[in-house]
Amino acid sequence: MKSFMFIFHNGQSPTPPTPEQMQANMQQWMGWMDDLKAKNIYVSGEALHAGGKLVKGAKKPLVTDGPFAESKEIVGGYFVIKAASIDEAAEIAKGYPDFGINGAVEVREVMVF
Amino acid sequence: MQQPNASPNQLVDHLFRHESGKMIAVLTRIFGMHNLGMAEDVVQEAFLKAMQSWPFHGVPDNPSGWLMQTARNRAIDIIRRQQHFRQYSSELAQQLQEETEIAIGQFFLDHEIADSQLQLVFACCHPSLKEEDQVALTLKTVSGFGAGEIARALVTNEAVIQKRLYRARQFIKEDKVQLQIPSGPQLPERLETVYTVLYLLFNEGYNSSKSDELIRWDLCAEAMRLCLLLSEHKVGEQPSTFALLSLMCFHASRFGSRENEDHSIILLQHQDRRKWDQQLIGKGYQYLTLSSRGDHLSVYHIESAIAAEHCLCESFEKTNWERLLGLYDLLLQQKQTPTVHLNRAIVLAHIGAPLKAIEEIWEIDDIDLLLESQYIYNAVLGDLYNRLGDNMNAAKYLQHALPLTGSHAEQRLILEKIEAIKHACSN
Repeated sequence: MKSFMFIFHNGQSPTPPTPEQMQANMQQWMGWMDDLKAKNIYVSGEALHAGGKLVKGAKKPLVTDGPFAESKEIVGGYFVIKAASIDEAAEIAKGYPDFGINGAVEVREVMVF
Repeated sequence: MQQPNASPNQLVDHLFRHESGKMIAVLTRIFGMHNLGMAEDVVQEAFLKAMQSWPFHGVPDNPSGWLMQTARNRAIDIIRRQQHFRQYSSELAQQLQEETEIAIGQFFLDHEIADSQLQLVFACCHPSLKEEDQVALTLKTVSGFGAGEIARALVTNEAVIQKRLYRARQFIKEDKVQLQIPSGPQLPERLETVYTVLYLLFNEGYNSSKSDELIRWDLCAEAMRLCLLLSEHKVGEQPSTFALLSLMCFHASRFGSRENEDHSIILLQHQDRRKWDQQLIGKGYQYLTLSSRGDHLSVYHIESAIAAEHCLCESFEKTNWERLLGLYDLLLQQKQTPTVHLNRAIVLAHIGAPLKAIEEIWEIDDIDLLLESQYIYNAVLGDLYNRLGDNMNAAKYLQHALPLTGSHAEQRLILEKIEAIKHACSN
């Protein structure tokens, strides 16, 4: 088994979700998480705050507000999971609940040295 | 109405919706009703925070406590930012800040939350608002429905609901509607408005056959939840509140037995009474008993007695129609609506006076207009003529009824009757 990272690019619903919609979405997240844990392929994961800093500059690194204000696709969190191949990992990523609100999952294999 | 948690990560049904109402109630009391938008933003933030953290770390032991705590901290944050404590000595600033936190914390105590919710209900059901606006605002603010959900429940479009909400909010802002529980001579009058809104909410859910079953049940459940909330508070602990609550329980007990699996309608005489929810009937009876104090007989008392007559009777055949007629006569003294007249006529027909029933229907005010636009009057008339053996008129009014209902279940029921009449004629 290899390790893969799911990087969640947050979606945004066109209108603010209602409490009932938020609860339904949350329930899907819980279900997905429970499923991955039951299959024993969930390793770890964290949610990330929306705001942040970007540190950049060749000569003298500059700290700016970020991460990427111009980009709508903010990384909202990540999972590390186990799978046999990148294809299988991508298949697992289809359980992500936020496709409906234009979210996306970036699937990357963790390099082993 | 709520299911026990299946797994620790399974949330109680409608938790967010109910918590939304609670949090808005507490926050508007802190920020003022004119800052309703600010309160809504804080609630939205608390939910988003939960959405971010709970999937990763599991649902907290006390989810509603977690949400309230998050809202409280945010409220303190906002108030703190708008104060200018720091302009003075640090000692004073520290003291003022602590006092602010204590003051805000008070609003989050359990009994205060119940008070706040009731104040919000009274504000949303303000007598100067139009009835349709009261209903929309209550569902949005107290019950945590979204505009789209309200539109679906009330069988209208979202733009209409948005307009009603906008109008209601403008009024609240401009006329400075205060959050308070009315008292003295004002109280009975204000309670009446609240009853009307809750009754409307329930009826929309119970009678509208156009929207889907799930959202209709949500509406009924919400009306019952708010009525229960009212009955548990000292100002709402009134005979009429219990009467309304018992009426809702009796009706709700039959909710699941009114439709076949294919969504066709099952008439009262054909309903399987074993499917009626005995627990709700028991509750209804209990509240009806509680409502019998005092000397005021409200329409809710009478309507609940009528519903009880059906619910507590073991079969349709054993229905005590004489007693029902007496109750409808009583109801007519207080509520002269076409629906009451129509229902009374149906009772007359069961007593064995279908001709008299038809005469009474023809005496209803504006019956011509009602027959043009409403399916039920045509359907009942058609039925009554059918019973008299007047096949021509029976077929005529059943045919009239057909295009007037959007419900396939009702259409199918009428078509069956028309077929039966044709069959009888050809034999």
